[in-house]
Amino acid sequence: MVKVEFLGPISQEVLELEAKTLADVATQLQNIETIAPWLAKCAVAVNDQMTADLSMVLKSGDKISILPPVCGG
Amino acid sequence: MELYNGPLDVESIFSKWLHEEENSNYGAYIPFVGTIRAEDGIEALSFDIYEPVLEQWFQSWVKRAEELGAKVKMAHAIGDVPVHTSSYISAVFSPKRRVALELIDEFVEDFKANAPIWKYDVKDGKRIYAEDRSTPMDGSGLLA
Repeated sequence: MVKVEFLGPISQEVLELEAKTLADVATQLQNIETIAPWLAKCAVAVNDQMTADLSMVLKSGDKISILPPVCGG
Repeated sequence: MELYNGPLDVESIFSKWLHEEENSNYGAYIPFVGTIRAEDGIEALSFDIYEPVLEQWFQSWVKRAEELGAKVKMAHAIGDVPVHTSSYISAVFSPKRRVALELIDEFVEDFKANAPIWKYDVKDGKRIYAEDRSTPMDGSGLLA
């Protein structure tokens, strides 16, 4: 199981998913009606490292963070 | 990097940073202060921060500045920051002005684009995500 956490304004509790790669996470999140519209504008971190690799292999206990559009300052 | 609950005490942070570097032989100290403006009937802005990724973003800038012989610092507020108070201060120290002038521009602009901070307008005590002023971070859309 991996943990998926949604940051900032996305109102969604932490999800626990079975996933071997980030692509598996993508497929499952695309099927959640309240989450799907966010995905096009969200960046992703695995264990707090930003990533751009959908084929990244995940292991049990990994933390995936979903980061919506930002505006600091 | 310094995070504070509520508005920043600009004078004390300015002063602290000045003293931290007073013997470092930097010729230039350029601070940038972000202040909450009164507009659209807001009482305050409010901020959420994801600290682990913010720390990494900041450390990448520390390294980049070091390669130029410079130093960057930043402070940001968490939670509500009333109008006419400060939510964000960053600064560059460098031996000579040119590096600091260029670096503060890049540092502040990249902060706006890629620091994991979420902004909300506070109106009638309610927090409203500032979606129209927010920018997708680099690499967004990976899971879409």
